[in-house]
Amino acid sequence: MAKQSAHEGRKWLSAPGILFLVIVTQIPFVLTLYYSLRGWNLLRPDSDVFVGLRNFSRILSNREFYTVLANTVVLTLSVVVITLVLGMILALLLNRPFPGRGLVRTLLISPFLIMPVVTAVLWKNILLDPVFGLSAYVVSLLGLPAIDLIAQYPMQTIILIVSWQWTPFVMLILLAGLQSMPESILEAASLDGAGGLTMFRYMILPHLQRFIEIALLLETIFILNVFGVIFVTTSGGPGIATTNLPYQIFLEAFSRWNVGRASAYGVFAVILANILVLIFLRVIGSQSEQEA
Amino acid sequence: MKRLPLSGAVLTGLTYLLTLLIFFPILWMVLTSFKPEQLALVVPPRIFVAPTLENYMVAFTASPYLEFLWNTLVITLLATLLALVLGVPAAYAMAYYPTRRTNGTMLWIMSTRMLPPAGVIVPLYVIFRDIHWLDTYLGMIVVYAGMNFPLVVWMIRSFMLEVPYGILEAARLDGANLLQEFTHVLLPLLLPGLAATVLLCFIFTWNEFFLAVNLTTRQASPLSVYIASFKAAQGDLFVAKMSAAATATVLPVIAAGWATQRQLVAGLTLGAVK
Repeated sequence: MAKQSAHEGRKWLSAPGILFLVIVTQIPFVLTLYYSLRGWNLLRPDSDVFVGLRNFSRILSNREFYTVLANTVVLTLSVVVITLVLGMILALLLNRPFPGRGLVRTLLISPFLIMPVVTAVLWKNILLDPVFGLSAYVVSLLGLPAIDLIAQYPMQTIILIVSWQWTPFVMLILLAGLQSMPESILEAASLDGAGGLTMFRYMILPHLQRFIEIALLLETIFILNVFGVIFVTTSGGPGIATTNLPYQIFLEAFSRWNVGRASAYGVFAVILANILVLIFLRVIGSQSEQEA
Repeated sequence: MKRLPLSGAVLTGLTYLLTLLIFFPILWMVLTSFKPEQLALVVPPRIFVAPTLENYMVAFTASPYLEFLWNTLVITLLATLLALVLGVPAAYAMAYYPTRRTNGTMLWIMSTRMLPPAGVIVPLYVIFRDIHWLDTYLGMIVVYAGMNFPLVVWMIRSFMLEVPYGILEAARLDGANLLQEFTHVLLPLLLPGLAATVLLCFIFTWNEFFLAVNLTTRQASPLSVYIASFKAAQGDLFVAKMSAAATATVLPVIAAGWATQRQLVAGLTLGAVK
């Protein structure tokens, strides 16, 4: 790319944006590290003293932490598996010509576009309410006793709602993958007598591998942050049965006002996310090498 | 691919069925929003009743809905604008004047988009409290611009890389300065990409909840915070009116999402999938 040296200075046009990004993301993170070493509770201003790693040791020696961690993992893994299966089925179904395909695709992406808080209100109050909800009617039609799904199966209900929300995301990425497949290859294979399952296993799946990796990693990174749905449906309860890492940070920070403890939890959240982001960057890095 | 016509019809039928099942909750919400409150709760539920706009009237006038809508609009528009003002020049520099560090910088920018908001919420709260930015438009605009900046840089840069460098050089030989080069040459070519980027920023900002609920209390709270208040004993509104408020809240985003379908995947994956 030929460049005129007179314009070299234009590379500094990125400076204001990068400076801004450092201020709004990196400085808060450094402060999170700093606060995590202090005993600060906002309700007791005199408590702002250096306590070393005490916040971390308190967290690690508390059983609550392991429940929260387990909840986070269960929620994230379940949603990832469910959405992968459903998203794959939908992507395969949509990757064939049929009347109304554009409309079907449009309708299917909608759950992902809706504000998560609306999603939660919609499921909690309009669909699953044990008295007024549509599900109460469906259950009575089937002659089953009324159940309060959110009260009786809180984690499963949250998994259901979040999966509904994220299936379109996986579907869209896998569909993009399927559409990048040269059709001639599949035609040749089917002329050679390859059946649907054989083609899926030996041709489609290997081609989709990168797309699956990208979808799963990105989904995991973002589902670790699920907050609104939990806030609206269960408030992390009963007890801490549906409290995940972001919700726990929210509770430590904004109901107990424990800045130190909340920051220490925040450090865990960032470390967890950074491990996933590094894997993600390696995946897309190796992908661009392949393309080159 | 040759298939038996019958199995094709079965697959198409299955597709329609699954689509109906997945879209049904949204359809139900929209239908409920047009029902009179008494009919919204009758058993057995009625799918079609004489539609009424009363729920929307009540939701808009008898509740603070419009105040929250105004907050959302101001914050979303200005945050998107700020992200563009900072992000487009950055994309320009990194598209046409790359240095040895550009690749690393781009990846770092992407990684900030994936930082868990819960990991930085405490300092944000403490800083905002100290500089009196809690519950202000300014505070929300700044954090949301930070959230959108990576998206703008990644998307706009990839669109810029598709513009042949020769066109820019020709414009410069004709004596175009930076501003003219941008407005006369780049902008017309980038317009579709720019529109998609703006719509995606709009969707993410409109829907955000975690930062909003922790950094605002009432004056600057967006709609997501208001809708979340419905969790407690139906909030201010009952089922049909709640459906109306919810439908009105998601309508602009669904429209924006449907309009950006082609760039949605690139936007969601920050260009990792095109």
